[in-house]
Amino acid sequence: MAAIEWIRFGIGGLFLLCGLGIFAIEMIGIYRFHYVLNRMHAAAMGDTLGIGFSIFGLIVMNGLNLTSVKLLLVVAFLWISSPTSSHLIARLEVTTDEEKDKHYRQVELTELEKELAEREREEMDAPTEEEG
Amino acid sequence: MSRKRSEEEYKKTISFRLKQWADGSRDPFLDTVEMKPALPESGETPLDLHRQEEKRRMLRQVYDTEHNAEVRIFRKLYAVMGTLLCVFLVLMLLTAVSWLPTVGQEDRPVNNEVAQRYVESGLSETGAVNIVTGMILDYRAFDTLGESHVLFAATCTVLILLRVDRKKQRAQAETNDRLYEPKNDLILQTAARILVPPILIFGIYVILCGHLGPGGGFSGGAIVGAGLILYLNAFGFAKTERFFTAKTYKVSSFLALACYSLSKCYSFYTGANGIESAIPLGTPGAILSSGLIFVLNICVGIVVAGTMYTFYVMFRKGGY
Repeated sequence: MAAIEWIRFGIGGLFLLCGLGIFAIEMIGIYRFHYVLNRMHAAAMGDTLGIGFSIFGLIVMNGLNLTSVKLLLVVAFLWISSPTSSHLIARLEVTTDEEKDKHYRQVELTELEKELAEREREEMDAPTEEEG
Repeated sequence: MSRKRSEEEYKKTISFRLKQWADGSRDPFLDTVEMKPALPESGETPLDLHRQEEKRRMLRQVYDTEHNAEVRIFRKLYAVMGTLLCVFLVLMLLTAVSWLPTVGQEDRPVNNEVAQRYVESGLSETGAVNIVTGMILDYRAFDTLGESHVLFAATCTVLILLRVDRKKQRAQAETNDRLYEPKNDLILQTAARILVPPILIFGIYVILCGHLGPGGGFSGGAIVGAGLILYLNAFGFAKTERFFTAKTYKVSSFLALACYSLSKCYSFYTGANGIESAIPLGTPGAILSSGLIFVLNICVGIVVAGTMYTFYVMFRKGGY
């Protein structure tokens, strides 16, 4: 019985360590990146995967009871609310950024497809020229 | 315009000029005081050149911090005094901490008869399993009465300062302040549809079970207010004003505050002492127990939720 307890503790601890590692990466990302969207990309990692790993670790350690269900609800709540708020911030940033050319390039999906097709064609053409 | 006088006559009166001045449609100094437009400094005459040179020299001397003895001394003094002040503060705080009684010491001043009374007979006297709620809504209900009125006064102030009355101004605020705001965002609306009902139900649960476990009017009201704010963000004022307008806020917080005040205002005459309540306390642990605490929790919850929501509406503009 004690062995099973130890295994459960080990698995839970592993999950928690994974979560902590992801939080550490998130923190580094937030301080190293300088543009909003980049920093948000780093921050979103902790809000979803980091929280998920940590709380799953806690659930494994805690076993199956009402507290675990509550923790699961916390995860569900965060997974709905955090991406939604990130989406709103990103949308506001895209609509109000005055120097957006500096930071990123906005493309329509159809144009991107065209561009990619052209690039492919050029790559296809290049070797034939060499042969010729 | 006066009805008795003709328009030309009316325009000569003082009151008409006063009205014009108040409106800002007429400058009282125009055509009455001799005014000349200021000449731009050409910078070509010898006098101008001299002035510019003087100014440049003055600025050089003022901002020449490297050769300015006073600035140098001041900087050194600043660093020394800043360090001294910090050391003094740190030492003072550490000394204060070292004088604190150790944790768990029996004769520390916090362990007096008040806390003992709360812990020992709180359950039997108030009927609330959660002793904190029993404290703030029974023993010290007087205190909480003031707190909820402070919230109400704050909301009144915000309403006075920020309320936009005219429809035209409201439309302007819509285009000015919220031009770039994502409106009718489908992702937000879907998330709100999923999240708002559980948030509201959880808030109501926290309010109603304040006397049975952690929670109460303040925290539950904050949760309900946050749920309302999320709904407002997702769907806009057109939808929220179907069920929550300025009138709803006024009526609900008036009723809640009146209920609270009527049930607890005797504290002013008894000197914050409680009097015996005729309402039975019920069995501790049941949802309908602990007498007035249950009702007062609901009152506080309504006031807090209304306050949060109204603050948000006022700062966001366009509503109410």
